[in-house]
Amino acid sequence: MKVSLSWLKDYVPIEIDPSDLAEALTMVGLEIESVSDRYGYLDTVHVGRIEEIAPHPNADKLHMCQVDTGQGKVSVVCGAPNAKTGMLSPIALPGTELPEGFVLEKSVIRGQASEGMLCSEGELGLGEDRSGIMVLDPSLSVGDKLASALALSDTVFEIEITPNRPDCLSVIGVAREIAAIQKVGLTYPDFNLVDKGNTISERTSIKIEAPDHCPRYVARLLEDITIKPSPFWLQERLLSIGQRPINNIVDVTNFVLMETGQPLHAFDFDFLAENRIVVRTADKGETFVTLDQKERVLDPEMLMICDGQKAVAVGGVMGGLNSEIEDSTTRVLLESAYFNPISIRRTSKRLGLSTDASHRFERGVDPAGQIAAANRAANLMVELGGGRLISGLIDEYPNPQSPKSLKLSVKNTNRLLGTQVQRKEIAKLLKSIEFTVEKKGSKKDEDFLTVTPPSFRVDISRPEDLMEEVARLAGYNNIPTTFPLMPATGRPFHKEIDVRDRIRRLMTGFGFRETNNYSFMHQQTADRLRLKTDDPRRQRVDILNPLAEDQAAMRTSLVPGLLETVHYNFSQQIKNLKIFEIGKIFINENPRDLPSEPEILAGLWTGSRYAASWHGPAADCDFYDIKGVVEGLLNALKIDGIQFTRLPENECDYTRTGHTAQILSNGTRLGLVGEIHPEVLANYDLKQPAFLFELHFDHLVPLIKGAKQFKPIPKFPAVFRDITIIVNNDIETQKIVAEGHNRAEALVESLSLLDVFEGKPIAEGKKSVSLRVTYRSPYKTLQDEDVTPIHQSIADRLVKAFKASLPA
Amino acid sequence: MNKSIDQIYQKALEELKAAADSQAIQNVSVRYLGRKGIITQFLRNISKLPADQRPAAGKQANEVKRLLDAASTETLQRLNASVKTTRGAIDVSLPGRPAPGGSLHPITQINQRICDIFTEMGFEIAEGPEVELDYYNFEALNFPKDHPARDMQDTFFVSDDIVLRTHTSPLQIRTMEKQPPPVRIIMPGKVYRCDSDLTHTPMFHQVEGLLVDENISFADLKGTLTAFVHQMFDQQTSLRFRPGFFPFTEPSAEVDILCVMCRGKGCRVCSQTGWLEILGSGMVHPALYENVGYDADRYTGFAFGMGVDRIAMLKYGIDDIRKFFENDLRFLSQF
Repeated sequence: MKVSLSWLKDYVPIEIDPSDLAEALTMVGLEIESVSDRYGYLDTVHVGRIEEIAPHPNADKLHMCQVDTGQGKVSVVCGAPNAKTGMLSPIALPGTELPEGFVLEKSVIRGQASEGMLCSEGELGLGEDRSGIMVLDPSLSVGDKLASALALSDTVFEIEITPNRPDCLSVIGVAREIAAIQKVGLTYPDFNLVDKGNTISERTSIKIEAPDHCPRYVARLLEDITIKPSPFWLQERLLSIGQRPINNIVDVTNFVLMETGQPLHAFDFDFLAENRIVVRTADKGETFVTLDQKERVLDPEMLMICDGQKAVAVGGVMGGLNSEIEDSTTRVLLESAYFNPISIRRTSKRLGLSTDASHRFERGVDPAGQIAAANRAANLMVELGGGRLISGLIDEYPNPQSPKSLKLSVKNTNRLLGTQVQRKEIAKLLKSIEFTVEKKGSKKDEDFLTVTPPSFRVDISRPEDLMEEVARLAGYNNIPTTFPLMPATGRPFHKEIDVRDRIRRLMTGFGFRETNNYSFMHQQTADRLRLKTDDPRRQRVDILNPLAEDQAAMRTSLVPGLLETVHYNFSQQIKNLKIFEIGKIFINENPRDLPSEPEILAGLWTGSRYAASWHGPAADCDFYDIKGVVEGLLNALKIDGIQFTRLPENECDYTRTGHTAQILSNGTRLGLVGEIHPEVLANYDLKQPAFLFELHFDHLVPLIKGAKQFKPIPKFPAVFRDITIIVNNDIETQKIVAEGHNRAEALVESLSLLDVFEGKPIAEGKKSVSLRVTYRSPYKTLQDEDVTPIHQSIADRLVKAFKASLPA
Repeated sequence: MNKSIDQIYQKALEELKAAADSQAIQNVSVRYLGRKGIITQFLRNISKLPADQRPAAGKQANEVKRLLDAASTETLQRLNASVKTTRGAIDVSLPGRPAPGGSLHPITQINQRICDIFTEMGFEIAEGPEVELDYYNFEALNFPKDHPARDMQDTFFVSDDIVLRTHTSPLQIRTMEKQPPPVRIIMPGKVYRCDSDLTHTPMFHQVEGLLVDENISFADLKGTLTAFVHQMFDQQTSLRFRPGFFPFTEPSAEVDILCVMCRGKGCRVCSQTGWLEILGSGMVHPALYENVGYDADRYTGFAFGMGVDRIAMLKYGIDDIRKFFENDLRFLSQF
């Protein structure tokens, strides 16, 4: 909200300078977003002297004026009748933005160049006179800036008002806070409304058919009004906060709204059928044209202000075009109502229409403020419109509310704040913002105060609300700084958080960069990834109001984010990436429930294994590079018993058939490792092979043993023996290793793959597989005769199991 | 000893001593011990000596041969050792074979630092769902339906009663529902708001904190957050607490630190105010205790929340929050 210093001074004396005031307001909770010079727009307007006047060659009513701007002469086309040689007048230079929104530029008027503009009071927003250019005191210095020459100065504050403080959505509301800060009194507007009798009830009536939506409706009636522009002082007030003056009646409603926070509406009484007001909810499908000339479709939850036959305003939001104040208006019905905040908010949201009025009603205006605002406005309208007030007012208020008082414990206040504020001081602080404070009850009851908040403080309903008032008025920075008592029990261990951190660090050790991709994806992602129709990753959580199409659903896979990151980097000429992410995916298992949010670790490697250097040429990464990372990771996490087997062709979607392994632990699939399918690469516009692994973090964590158990270092030497067999080349090597390593053979310490070879002299379709068996006993040094029978049985077993032959 | 063989031996030793490299040593060795070498010749000529001198001369010559052989080997070894340490140096300025270079995302690094500071104070980490019920994200946190306070957070909706969490605060309720006081938790995580510009992304990161116990005061809140700011930035960082509004705390406080860029003089980063807002905080609103069944007369507590991305921007001097999510390797590799 904008408010000007000079307007504030109508209600409270302000001694401190604007920047200190801004700081002080911020520190009581009215955050000042900006402090600006009210006359900043006059920065390029100077005191000018008309040196010479000549007739415009192509226009009778225009002159050519040579104007001294202090920095030289400019030629200006001017139509003012009062322009005279030697006269001082404001000269606006190109770039000036005048209050009416017009930005001045160098121009050519009827064939003559005009390099500036001699301005009237009205054009500069400094007065009403538009009959001619502004005549300045001849003693002013030519070239001075107009604002300083005329000593024009005012400051405009832009204040961020939090939703709990609708009382501060008014100049008086802000002035009240300033009064409390400065510990001075607040002066309310002083006016004398002559009002005897009750003629209004003979002329009109108000009927509230929807009291839940409209608890109170106050009306006043004025006659013989002349619609004309407002006087300068009123226009100036509105201009100072960025509002455009319209006419005297509308300006008064806007002025009183800004002054008091109570929205008002003026109807042309002659447009009200049957000269009466009915407040009701809209009919289904009813349409209505609002002041902004838009047709609105209404629903039965919206409150309408109607006359005897038709709707004339969307209650609390915007008036109708059909009852607007026009130049011909003479009779005005003034509305000052209290509307239900929830009702107004719903209507405003549904219509997509937020106004100064709806903004205040939905936050809650003063439920007791309607009469005062109506009187203030009526008084001004009579004063400025030359009309007559019909005596009396209508106040439809079916269920009057009375103020509620709260019991505030001084002890609890100090306990919550950590302060030692005295009861007397608390009372004083609350009274400074118009709270009524009584020391009720017995004298022994020294702890309590009975506090009644003023009606405009709709945010106060609990003792804690009062404590907050005490805290902010005492000053947060005056509250001591202490430390809570925390038991020294140490940091608890969280396995998942610990494992996640370890994985992150291990991945960086393997040379991967952690990425952070949006949790969103395109709704077509599942197709782009070639997911099967029954894949659970097709069960998306869609967002009803996404910012962009590619962010319209929650991701069901980390893969698209990684591929998009690759794409982005490729476009930046970065072709070698080793990246990973650990994060949640979202599977919509049951749309009525929250989705499941499994956590996934995914890594991607594309481009070179190592770059070309003086050590050797570059080499591209392949399947076994990324698989090595998975193995390294699982080893470091001490997870064993993992198998990698070929992912069946009918289960491959975004990875290449025959180039993808599933990662299994006791039959449970932990994830996969493989090469991205060329079609998927194409879908992401990538032209370079990429290798990927994915692991279900949630499945991984339970496999990590909590306690590590030391095993003694062997005392006796090992014996190494190798076996080579020749098998069909489609047999997975891991199966051979697994078959060879029989745990019952206690002396076999380990069995590992030594070499795999295909090609001559091995027959086509065959491969030779060499294994190294390590034998060791914890009790003695093994001799040949200990090892040979076991070794032979391993070889026999392998030959049998895989229909293998031994090398020639 | 035979005089001539001894002379030969002494001369050979001198020549070995003078040999500058392995080739020279080799040459000496060949000249004396080779097939046509001086010692070999000498041995061949022994038969020409008188018979009584032959055994002694042969013995001596063989002994000299053995000694010379050993001496040349030793000289060669000594020379090789000195070559290894001082001569034939490699170009140490050539780059080594590259070790893998990975890195943690800057948000992860800052998040971990924040969590470390609070876990060291005695807070425990809690995590929860990112797609959240309206009840936990708003209702239970004292944001009634149709309340303007909901406008403070532009919300992504999944359905009428399911949203993407707009803050990590739902975990306050989820945690308090599960356990009796005292509660001392911090809640890091991703949050979502429908907003995108230089300082807003539709997804960002928060760390929330909650402490509920007997006799926890606003003064304790000030102390805890002051200690945090001093650890996160530096001990000299000034901070101020000013009134704010969050439906789930009362009193509520915004915490500003003196601008880390201009030290309070006013700059673009702090919008000329000299202060940077980095934390929202306050005393837990009694409505929350009612919603989770805590005894509001007995327990008090405070809550606070901060944007990890914003703190990372300040710590690293990043001016566009979107950089965090582009994942440009030239960006990631700087952290």
